[in-house]
This record gives sequence, C-alpha cells and structure tokens, in this order.
Amino acid sequence: MGIPYYYSFRNLWTRRLTTILTASGMALVVFVFAATLMLAEGLRRTLVETGSWDNVVVIRKSAVSEVQSGVERLQAAIVETQPEVAIGADGRPLLAKEMMVLINLPKRGSDKPANVIIRGIGPSSLALRPQVSLKEGRMPRSGSAEVIAGASIAKRFKGGGLGETLHFGMRNWTVVGVFDAGSTGFSSEIWGDADQLMQAFRRPVYSSVLFKLRDPGSFTVVKQRIESDPRLTLEAKRETRYYLDQSEAMAKFLSILGIALTVTFSLGAIIGAMITMYAAVANRIVEIGTLRALGFNKRSILGAFILESLFLGLLGGVIGLFLASFMQLITISTMNWQSFAELAFSFSMTFAIAWKSLVFSLVMGFVGGVLPAFRAARMNIVDALRSS
Amino acid sequence: MRSEAAEGRTVIVSIEGLSKSYRRGNQIIPVLQDVSFTIAEGEFLALMGPSGSGKSTLLNLIAGIDKVDTGSILVGGADITSLSEAELASWRAIHVGFIFQFYNLMPVLTAFENVELPLLLTGLGRKERREHVEMVLNVVGLADRMDHYPSQLSGGQQQRVAIARAIVTDPEILVADEPTGDLDRASAEDVLTLMDNLVHEFGKTIIMVTHDPRAAEKAHLIRHLEKGFLSQ
Repeated sequence: MGIPYYYSFRNLWTRRLTTILTASGMALVVFVFAATLMLAEGLRRTLVETGSWDNVVVIRKSAVSEVQSGVERLQAAIVETQPEVAIGADGRPLLAKEMMVLINLPKRGSDKPANVIIRGIGPSSLALRPQVSLKEGRMPRSGSAEVIAGASIAKRFKGGGLGETLHFGMRNWTVVGVFDAGSTGFSSEIWGDADQLMQAFRRPVYSSVLFKLRDPGSFTVVKQRIESDPRLTLEAKRETRYYLDQSEAMAKFLSILGIALTVTFSLGAIIGAMITMYAAVANRIVEIGTLRALGFNKRSILGAFILESLFLGLLGGVIGLFLASFMQLITISTMNWQSFAELAFSFSMTFAIAWKSLVFSLVMGFVGGVLPAFRAARMNIVDALRSS
Repeated sequence: MRSEAAEGRTVIVSIEGLSKSYRRGNQIIPVLQDVSFTIAEGEFLALMGPSGSGKSTLLNLIAGIDKVDTGSILVGGADITSLSEAELASWRAIHVGFIFQFYNLMPVLTAFENVELPLLLTGLGRKERREHVEMVLNVVGLADRMDHYPSQLSGGQQQRVAIARAIVTDPEILVADEPTGDLDRASAEDVLTLMDNLVHEFGKTIIMVTHDPRAAEKAHLIRHLEKGFLSQ
C-alpha cells in the first residue's frame, strides 16, 4: 500500500485558497471546453431533430441544401408516383412539394436585417412533420397571401407575430398562425402556400420533395430507383441525414474554434497548476524526506503528488461543468452557413460532453502535476530532512 | 549472523572501516574517517560531538538513508551497504524507527494516521493496524489523543506520537536525531524517560545523536565524534 489518498486530498483542503484559485483557472478552461462542445451538440441536435427517420428529402443532385436545389414539376410528379411513398388517412400520398427561398427581415428592437427561410408548403407538409404543431391562429388558406410563422420568428422578427403583416415577394402577407416546432430548425421559418409563394418569387420549380416512406426499410430501394432514373437529376436522402449534413460544417467550425481556444487557455491553467504544485512540493520537502525515510519509495511519493494534482484538476472540472450546465438556459441565434438562414439553438449538455470535460480537466491536472511530482520523488532524503 | 559483544550481549549493529566524504565544488570534505564500532542489542547509545563532527551523518548511514564511501554496516547481520535504493527503502520500513528533532509528523494526518503510516508498508490488514496503533499510543500515553492533529498537540506530545510511529512496526533499531532539541525541560525529561522505558521494558536498541548532556546521561554508553573520528 502506498501513501493514503486522504494525505493528498487533505493537503489540498489545508491550502484551500490556493486550491480554489488554481481550480478556478482550470474551471474556466473546462467551462469554455464544455460550452463549445455543448454549442456544437446543440446545433447538431437542433438540425437532426428537425428531420424524421422515415422521411425522405429529394433534392437536385450535388445541391447541399434546399436553397441551392431545384426540382422541376415533372420530376416532382415522377417522385410522387414512387410506390414506396406512404399514403395518408385521406387517401393522398404523404408527400409535399416544397419551395424554399431566403429573404431579409428586420429584427425586433435592433431593426437589423437577418436571413429568414420562407418555405412554400403543400397540404401534407404539416402531417410529414409531427414535431411541428400550430400554437396559435390557423393554417394559411390555399391560394391566399397568408403565412404562418415559427415561434422563434414570431418572437424575434418585426411583423412576425400573429395578425401582423410581412412584406416580401412584392406582396404583403398576413401572419395567420404561429407554429411551435420545439428546438428544431423549423422554428426559424415562415410557411405559406407553395403555389402562391412560387408566383410571388417568380420560381418555376420546387426546391425539394419530401415524402414519408411506407416502410422505413425501403429507403435504399427508392433511393436507388430515384438516383438511377435517367429522367431525374435528383438525389434522395433520409431527412435526418440531410439535416445532419447541414450541421456538419458549422459543428466542425465550432469544434475547431473551441479546441483552439481551450488548448490556448489550458496552457495557462496547466502552468497555474504547475506553479501551485511546485509550491506544494517546496513547502513539504521535510514531509517528503520523512516519508522516504519511513520506507515509502519514490513511486509512492510520485503517486501522492500526481493524485493531489488530479484532485485539483477534477475539482476544476466539476466547477467548470457545473457552470457550463447553466448555459443550457441560453438560446443562441446565428447564421447557418449551409442554408444561409437564421437558426436558433440552445447549448446542449450530454453525458459524453460531461465525461470528455472531466477527462480534459484530469489531463490538465496530470500535466500540471507531473513535473513537480517527479521533483518530489527524486529528492535526496538527507537533503530533504536537513531543510528543516 | 549476529556476533556476541564483549559483555555477552548480541551485537545488533556492526560498523567496520566506515568513511564518508562530501563534495563541495572541487573540494572533497571528509566527514567520517575509518570509523569502527559495534552496538549491542538493547543498548541506549548517545553519539555526541561538536557541530560538523559527523554524528548525524553516522546516524543517517546506520539508518540507511545515506550511502557510505567505504566500509560496511551490518544491522541485524545484514550488510546494508550492498542494498539498492529500493531495497533500502523496504529495509528501513521493517528494521528502523526514526525519531526527529522537529518530530516530522504529517500535519494533515491525525495522531492515529501518523502512527499508522509505517504500517501501510506492511501486509497488515486494517483491523490489525488499528490494534497495533492503539497499543503503541497506549505505550506513549496518548491513546486519548489519537484523533488530534499535530497542531492540536504540544511539542512533547508530538514527539511522543513520533516515538509511537517509530516503534509501531517493532523495528530492530531506533535512531533519534536530537529528540529533545526542540522541547522544554519537562517535556524533554518525559521523552527521555519514555525512551529509557523502551530500552528497559521492551528491549529496544536506541542510537541517539544529541548535544544535550542531560539526554546523554540517560544513555548506557556515550560515544564522541571529533572531526570524523571516533574518539571514545
């Protein structure tokens, strides 16, 4: 048995102020680390939850998003006839030919313009998205200049509220309903009748075709048929995959930014831990000499000081995580560069982020403590005892 | 193999032709020169001499925390000069008990935990360790203070805890470096009486370095060191 763990723990407790200050530096780094991962996760979750597993999005080949895509009416009609398309309770296929455009709307308060997605929907659009429900008002009547706005739009954009009027596509549009789409990307969209919107924006083609699969397992078959049909220049993706692809670039950017920030910050925190641990070793030279004289070997001394530093790191990690967990209360809105539209999402804490942050804090503790611990372990016993 | 001392007692420490010097820059300073003597089991030996005479160095060499240049030290028949650093650490844990001038207790551990420390290096279980610790704290008269931290104890009490730590593994020799050097007269007297009891009642062998003539009076035998030579 080596030096008991409580020796390391109590030494940290004895010098509480230094411990808390050093751990705070580490906590700050863990906070930034966890917050960026939570941001990337929140973005990913928002976009992935936007899609359903058994829905298929058909867009033009090589188009990354619906904004860049174009599906001609004839092509959309061919997709509509695929036998894998599910049929709704009304006997009509659960399929929506949708159009998407980006417009600029001023925000409430600041008047600053931001991009907003306008989605032209069909009769089945709402049925295809069970996560979307009408919160207030009613659905737009087909053939009229009426729209419904996502909750996030209603809250943050001028003219987006129920009963208000928006001006785009050279027409005025009345907001007749507000829909709730949870934490999905649809919350940042405005929906109206596809045919009306296509006329308003002089668009001859749809942006995408969305349909529900009769059998979720038949995706490969329908994908292959659509993509190999010489009349179609389209590709089919599961809706979840489609939104995941959209989040990839931004999530990657956030991760790289986060890692670059935390690596830089962590150097400071590691040096802080190192200074603390060197001071701890310097203050306990006689104790180290005594422990060695009593028969504890170098490895025990090394272990005790590394353990102390790991405790320090863990404390920083727990504080940092605790603080980061409050970030879940914050909602961020930013530009999704894949669709160039405003997107609102929250920080999202997961078990994986929690343990990654704790491992990160332990690594900082270890790196900060290893050199001082080696110094302690290599000390000459007689010299150490003499320093009393 | 232990040999018999002249008085008929078993020799526990046998030192032969011991020399030790320190290097300071290019200068080599001899600390001990050709020192030879034996210590019998159950003896209370005081090493005296002026500062720099080499008495603490001699004590450190016998305790196995320093390395000799030449010569041999046999403790309980084992030549400790041939042991590696790791072997010496294990050897010390079993065979040597340390008593320091400034007690050298771990301030973050209670009296009980301080005394228990050397037992963590043995294979004893928790229950046996507790029994051993309680027993030696009884011997030093501090059983009622086992949950106190060193800062809550007087100097004399701390030194008694340190003595309990030194004897808890029942080592063959106890080495004490100025054990009364930091104590007032009354506490010093208590500690010396306790050490005397350890020799008389428990048959311990104590090698003590001291400047204090009153401490030396308790010893059976006093050896003087002068400039690295044993003078008596």
